[in-house]
Amino acid sequence: MAVTVDDVRHIAALARLGLTDERAHTLVDELNTILRHMDVLSRVDTGNAPEVSGIGAAGAPLRPDSGEPTPLARARESFAPRMQDGFFLVPRLSTHEDGADAGAAS
Amino acid sequence: MTTTAATSSVWADRYEMVIGLEVHVHLKTATKLFCRCSTDFGAAPNRNTCPVCLALPGALPVLNEHAVDLAIRAGIALGCSIQSTSVFARKNYFYPDLPKGYQISQFDQPLALRGSVRIGTRTDGSPIVVGVTRVHMEEDAGKSVHDRFAGFTAVDLNRAGVPLAEIVSEPDMRGSSEAVAYLQAVKQILEYAAVSDVNMEEGSLRVDANISARRLGATKLGTKTELKNLNSFSGVARALDAEFDRQCAILDAGGRVEQQTMLWDERANEVRPARSKEGSHDYRYFPEPDLPPLIVSLDRIDGVKQALPELPAARRERYRREFSGLTDYDIEVLTSAAALGEYFEHVARASGDGKTSANWIMGEVLAALKSTGRSIAHFTVRPADLGALLGLVRDGVVSHSAAKQIFALMTQTGDSPRQIAERESLLLITDDAALAGWIAAAFAAHPAEAARYVSGERRLQGVLVGHVMKLSKGRADPKRVNQMLLARTDA
Amino acid sequence: MNAIDAVNASLDRAGAVGAGREALNILLYQDAKASRADATEVDARDATPGPLHGVPVVIKDNIATLSLPTSCGSRILDGYVSPYEATAVSRLRAAGAVVVGKSNMDEFAMGSSTENSAFGPTKNPLAPDRVPGGSSGGSAAAVAAGIVRIALGSETGGSVRQPAAFCGVVGVKPTYGRVSRYGLVAYASSLDHVGVFGKSVDDAALGLETIAGLDPLDSTCAAEPVPQLRDAARGGLTGVVIGRPREFFPDDLDARVREKCDAAFEHFKRLGAEIRDVSLPHTKLAIEVYYIIAPAEASSNLARFDGVRYGLRLEGDGLRGMYEATRSNGFGAEVTRRILLGTYVLSAGYYDAYYRKAQQVRGLISRDYAGVFNSGVHLLFTPTTPTPAFLLGSKSDPYEMYLSDIFTCTANLAGVPAMSLPIGRVDGLPVGGQLIANHFDERQMFVAAYALERALGDDAHR
Ligand SMILES: [Mg+2]
Ligand SMILES: [Zn+2]
Repeated sequence: MAVTVDDVRHIAALARLGLTDERAHTLVDELNTILRHMDVLSRVDTGNAPEVSGIGAAGAPLRPDSGEPTPLARARESFAPRMQDGFFLVPRLSTHEDGADAGAAS
Repeated sequence: MTTTAATSSVWADRYEMVIGLEVHVHLKTATKLFCRCSTDFGAAPNRNTCPVCLALPGALPVLNEHAVDLAIRAGIALGCSIQSTSVFARKNYFYPDLPKGYQISQFDQPLALRGSVRIGTRTDGSPIVVGVTRVHMEEDAGKSVHDRFAGFTAVDLNRAGVPLAEIVSEPDMRGSSEAVAYLQAVKQILEYAAVSDVNMEEGSLRVDANISARRLGATKLGTKTELKNLNSFSGVARALDAEFDRQCAILDAGGRVEQQTMLWDERANEVRPARSKEGSHDYRYFPEPDLPPLIVSLDRIDGVKQALPELPAARRERYRREFSGLTDYDIEVLTSAAALGEYFEHVARASGDGKTSANWIMGEVLAALKSTGRSIAHFTVRPADLGALLGLVRDGVVSHSAAKQIFALMTQTGDSPRQIAERESLLLITDDAALAGWIAAAFAAHPAEAARYVSGERRLQGVLVGHVMKLSKGRADPKRVNQMLLARTDA
Repeated sequence: MNAIDAVNASLDRAGAVGAGREALNILLYQDAKASRADATEVDARDATPGPLHGVPVVIKDNIATLSLPTSCGSRILDGYVSPYEATAVSRLRAAGAVVVGKSNMDEFAMGSSTENSAFGPTKNPLAPDRVPGGSSGGSAAAVAAGIVRIALGSETGGSVRQPAAFCGVVGVKPTYGRVSRYGLVAYASSLDHVGVFGKSVDDAALGLETIAGLDPLDSTCAAEPVPQLRDAARGGLTGVVIGRPREFFPDDLDARVREKCDAAFEHFKRLGAEIRDVSLPHTKLAIEVYYIIAPAEASSNLARFDGVRYGLRLEGDGLRGMYEATRSNGFGAEVTRRILLGTYVLSAGYYDAYYRKAQQVRGLISRDYAGVFNSGVHLLFTPTTPTPAFLLGSKSDPYEMYLSDIFTCTANLAGVPAMSLPIGRVDGLPVGGQLIANHFDERQMFVAAYALERALGDDAHR
């Protein structure tokens, strides 16, 4: 499989990375060089080899629903780019940009 | 392109509405899903945040055991089978109130599968059942405030990481009323199971709807749209009707419905397409490498089953068995909310009379709650006291009419019925001397009737009792008065 | 020796060798005053000084410290100071160690030469025209330059062992789950490890012993009891079976590197070990698997650097513009490349072909190791890298750079413990030998490491 400049623009948009035209074009070549090597995998017979995520088969440890959160040694204001009245501020986005469910996880 | 909601659809005779619902509920835990921050998201902005829920570099999630148990409980209550292994996955998208740039959710291996909810009965008596596809755990996002600072969106992450259960239904509902019935049933079940506060106003219950329209009789599903921003059950119904009309109009004109997200505008009473962000639907799910799979032992599932409170269906069954004289309607009302049923059972136990307790609760109590705007949990009249009041009526200590006055005072003062009856001298008077006095006074006031009665005209007894009751302001014990009048007659 | 003297000596040494940005660029952040204050506090605190009392340590810049910034060698976190501390650092400090600096690294640990740092490359103190290896090049160089005996690094594909080999020091990557990752800024969570550099095998053992063990703040951290690694110095090799995986000795392997390995095998034999030829057939696919899984996880792990809560923020057109300006200017070329690669292999339509397939092949690689260790082999010995340290700027093609991880990244993919120790020099450049053990068998690994270190004596650095 090979990526086109449109693919690169699409994934750059997904990753919120701004790219100049020339950078986009060099990335097409760089990514294709790498992906060409990756294609050997498609020729490997993995049969029904289990996917390994590399982490404990013991299962996720569970913690009690109690205790104190890890305290912050520094105020949020000390590392936040912009705060006011305890809120993190970002450039205004119209509530329609992402649906009015702004904030509610789905 | 917008559509105004129609109350009843003109398309219903040719098209069928097909609805599936996604319900998110907050799980009642003290701390967040993956960190020990408090779940009180009403606190000062970002007060309840830590390295984990701020997504500081290097912080890692650790799963809350109680959240797992509550999610299992929800799954069982909704009739699902709990999976021994489920897997957390990352749902990747950018949004200012999603601190990690991904939501930890469950994707292709959820915690619970294949449940069902009974939402009513058809005219032929067969049950209407909605399938539950899955129940999974995930974390909530924070809150974005768009109207507080000019030119800025303000982000509060107190809610970020609060545990949610997402309940996905099958596309089994065929009208907005069935959708609302399903929501009410799910809300009731989760409230009984004490999994969540399930309060849509406070955001502890949220609903998204998938809706499509198809010609009556058609078997394959039409293109669906997703409805968001539904803020109340009635809003859900109106939004579904509006979107159904919009889709039918497109189909009827030979057009094609576009698969997209629609927003419900409560104030304008219309649906409107959400401006969808480019690429926003490629979430790039993959297994969360910071969390091993969630392995649920049979012991844990059994433990949760043991601790599972009585659910609505079981309680309705039990009321049928335990309280004679209750109608199906009585039982529906009394079990509509878990707390109301518990109140009823207290009163019934204290008074020993289920039917009378039911009548009082569905009459006086519900009316009082309505007028005071109080919830049954915070009602001034303790169930034991109402039980005692009904006992006083049964034992002839107070009259039925007096009991209503006493109850009214109980709702204001919270005093016990006997205190009030005595204070307000509403107890029935059985003392012969006092009664004899009123009888004498009645005879004096109506000598002719008295004479005819004494000489044998029995039908006048009721009239005389009435005079006595009036003179005693309703406090004379009518039984005793009748006996004493009889003693006055010849023969 | 009390802490304050040890710390002063370390700070002087850092100055003398030119550890600062202007010279070797080993240390990105130092705070002499704070370090001396910590030392004085430790001297006052430790009534009965333990083996780490007053020992100065250097911490890789992607591990959270309270006293110094944690910038991951990236512009996007330039000057960011963590409000909480990594578990590994807390444990070192509780044992009496004193942090004297944060070391340079490839940005977000993506690289094998420390040339990808936003703050300029680190030079190899043994040959300043060459790279120290990477991504933990600064920590390796700090130990090689004699600034500290013990330093923390991190590994995702060989980022501790490869620079250890290039700088002639000891570098250990423990079993996945042996050391808490809490406070290690994630690159690829399922492959990330905190690792330890030591001037000697004993230094590395002391460091690892101190930071290892269960941590309730890391769900992937194991409850396995932690062995007394320093006791391994007394262990022998009689009856120990050491495998020689043929895939790690290709025909085109640098002859002089092969020589040093053969010499090591001779010592092992003399010490009573049995050498056995074995095969890990899927090793040839490791780089491809690694460069799908690591970027995929990275593309998600690095999404949190969005200019909202901490770090760099550059304004653009609205929110979208702020995101893109911040991230495209905050991340360097290699990080951008890997984020895009990872986003691509996870995106709709490609997940199965790349990510799922890579996870399956990863399963085969783990199975290779399990097969060998279940066949009675206790340890494997291999070269750590195909060649000694290369010249700064000599590897421009990304994929060619990726190949320098070829002997190290399978241990990360399988999660087995591995370490590199000096086994001699070629043209004055250090050569590293790699020991690989079965899951949670670090003790066996250290028995062989102590033994080889003793047997080689000065030859390790000749
Ligand atoms: Mg969801
Ligand atoms: Zn938190």
